[in-house]
Amino acid sequence: MKSIKKINSIVLPLNRADVDTDQIMPKQYLKRVERSGYGPFAFDEWRKDPDFVLNDKRFENAEILLAQRNFGSGSSREHAVWGLEDLGIQAVIAPSFADIFNSNCGKVGILCIQLTQKDVDNLMSIAESSEGLNLEIDLADQVLINSKQNTKINFSIDDFLKHRLLNGLDDIGITMQREELINKFENERKDFYPSTKSII
Amino acid sequence: MKNGKTLAEKIWENHIVHREDGIPDLLYIDLHLLHEVTSPQAFESLRINNRQVRRPDLSIATIDHNVPTTDRSLPNPDPLSIKQIDTLRKNAKDFKVPLLDIFDPRQGIVHVISPEQGLTQPGMTIVCGDSHTSTHGAFGSLAFGIGTSEVEHVLATQTLPAPLPKMMEINVKGNVQKGITGKDIVLAIINKIGVDGGIGHIIEFTGEAIKNLSMEGRMTICNMTIEAGARAGLIAPDETTFNYIKGRPMAPKSDAWEKAVANWKNLYSDDDASFDTRVELIAEKIEPFVTWGTNPAQSAPISGKVPNPKDMADAAARDTATRALDYMDLKAGTNIEDIILDKIFIGSCTNSRIEDLRSASNIVNGNKVAKDIHAIVVPGSGLVKKQAEEEGLDQIFIDAGFEWREAGCSMCLGMNPDILKPGERSASTSNRNFEGRQGQGGRTHLVSPEMAAAAAIAGHFTDIRKI
Repeated sequence: MKSIKKINSIVLPLNRADVDTDQIMPKQYLKRVERSGYGPFAFDEWRKDPDFVLNDKRFENAEILLAQRNFGSGSSREHAVWGLEDLGIQAVIAPSFADIFNSNCGKVGILCIQLTQKDVDNLMSIAESSEGLNLEIDLADQVLINSKQNTKINFSIDDFLKHRLLNGLDDIGITMQREELINKFENERKDFYPSTKSII
Repeated sequence: MKNGKTLAEKIWENHIVHREDGIPDLLYIDLHLLHEVTSPQAFESLRINNRQVRRPDLSIATIDHNVPTTDRSLPNPDPLSIKQIDTLRKNAKDFKVPLLDIFDPRQGIVHVISPEQGLTQPGMTIVCGDSHTSTHGAFGSLAFGIGTSEVEHVLATQTLPAPLPKMMEINVKGNVQKGITGKDIVLAIINKIGVDGGIGHIIEFTGEAIKNLSMEGRMTICNMTIEAGARAGLIAPDETTFNYIKGRPMAPKSDAWEKAVANWKNLYSDDDASFDTRVELIAEKIEPFVTWGTNPAQSAPISGKVPNPKDMADAAARDTATRALDYMDLKAGTNIEDIILDKIFIGSCTNSRIEDLRSASNIVNGNKVAKDIHAIVVPGSGLVKKQAEEEGLDQIFIDAGFEWREAGCSMCLGMNPDILKPGERSASTSNRNFEGRQGQGGRTHLVSPEMAAAAAIAGHFTDIRKI
C-alpha cells in the first residue's frame, strides 16, 4: 500500500448525497479479474453528461474529491475504490461515508475525511465557484489548509488507520505477526462450528 | 452501571483473538463465503505474496453473480463472465476451497445456499465479499459484507481487524396486518431511518412482528439492513431458528445438536443491555411498500402518491428526490397504483426462497400476466427450484406466462444477460433501485414477492390486501 503524507490539489466537487458504488463503478466492469485499470470506468454513466463535473478540464488532475453525505453507499465492491485510485484520487471529503466503502478506502490507501455538514457546504461553494478550491491535506497534523483564504480545518481519524496510511502498512502483514494468537484461539474452540470440508 | 450486553456484543467478544488499546479488535471468522466477482484479485494477491488459504475448511465458494439463468447446457454468451467463472474454478482448486459449481444441484445465490445447507448457525461470525452478507444475521449470527482486500485478509488469516460498531435496536411493536411481509417491514424501516440511518451500527431487530416472522421473512429483513447503511443486522435465535436449522446437511447431529441448541439459547441481548440508538415502529401501521426513487428509502405505501420534492425540508433530500423523479420519469402526485410496468422480477438474495415463491404463486394461481409485461422467476438456488417444482409452483408461474429460470443473482444487478433496457420499468423483489442497477437507464421499483406477482397480473401496482 502506498503511503500518504501530504496532498496538495485542486478539489473536485461532487455535490450529491448518497452516491452509491453502483454509480462509482457500474456492474459491467466488475467482470474483470484484474486489479488495475478501473479509472476510465468510474462514473461511466454520469460522465455521458458533458456537464458532469468529472468532464470539467479544470479538475483533470484533482487528487481530492469533495462529496455530500453517505458517500459510497450500497455494494461492497472495492472496484469503486480502485476506480477512484486509478483516477488519482487520494482523499475523499464528505459529511459521512458508508461503512464498507470507508473500510475499503483504508485498505487501498485512500484517506476518507469526515467533516461537519457546515464545513462541507462551505468548501463545496468555494470549490464549485469559478475560482475553485485548492487544499493542502496534512495527515500527520490532521489538518486541511486553504492557504489562499488562510483557513484551516482540523479533522479526526482513527489513530491506527492514520499510522497505517502514513507508513503504507499492509494489514495482512500486521495480522500475520499474531499467528500464535490465532493458533491458540483455534485450539481452544476446535470443532465448534461447521466445517465445509464434507460438503463436496 | 451497565452490566448487560447486547447480542452483537456477546458474539463479538466470543471471537476476539486479540484486543489492545489503540488498535481495532482482531476478530476470528467462522465462515467465509466466496463468489466469482469479488474474489479473483484476492486470490491473485495471495499468489503474488506466496500466501496460503489458512482455513479452506471454513470457506465455501459458489458461482452466482454473472451466471446465465437460461438453459445452462447452452454456451455462456459472455466471454468476460466465462473468464471470471473459470478463474474461480482454478482458484478453488489451487487453494482447496470447496466450490458448489454451476451444475451442482446445490448451486445458488451465496446467501440462499449457506442457510439452506445449515452452514449458517447462531453465534457465528460470517463474512463475504458482498454487502448482503447481513442476511445471515437472521440466525443470530454476526455477518457483514467486506471488500476484496478484506477477502484476502480472511483467506490468509481467518481473521479480520475491526472496531466494535455502535448498537441500535429497532423494535417493531405489535402485529402486522394480513398480507404484510418482511419486505414491507424492512422497506418501512429504511423509509423511517434513511439510507444512512444505520451507518456505524449493528442493528438488532426485536418485537412481536419480528418474532412472528418465518426464517425467510427474517432473512429478508436482515438482508436489507445494509440498505439502511448498517454494518450488520441480526435477530436473536429462537425455536423458529432451531427448527429451520435442524436436519440440514451441515447442522449438528444428535448429542452435538442438543449441545449446540443449549449454547444458542444464551444468544440474546440482556435486559439491561444498552443500545446507542433505539427506534420503534408500530407494526399495524405498516402498509405494502413500493419504492418510487433511486435509493431504497425513497418509498411510499401502496395507498400513497409519488411525493413532491418541494415539500421536503432537507436540501440534500430535495436534491436527490428531484434527480430521482427525473431518472424514474415520474411526476409528483402520481398515485403509486397508477405506475405502469414493463418487467417483473421475482428473485435475488432478498426474496427468492421457497416461501417467497409460494406466496407469489398464491397470487398468480389461475391468473395471466398482463399483456406487454415480461415476467421472470429466478429461484435462489437449485434446491429451491427443485422444491418449487415438486410443489408444482413452476407450473403455476409458467401457466400464467412467467419464465421459470435457473438459480442466480440475475436481474437484481444485471451482471448476466437478465437486464432492463433503457427506459424499461420493473417491479422487482430485489434490494436496490439505484440508477442503472438492473440495466443502464432501467427504472426499478422494489416490492415484496406478493406485490410483484399482483403487479404482473394487473400491469401496474395494486394493493394485495384488496385481492
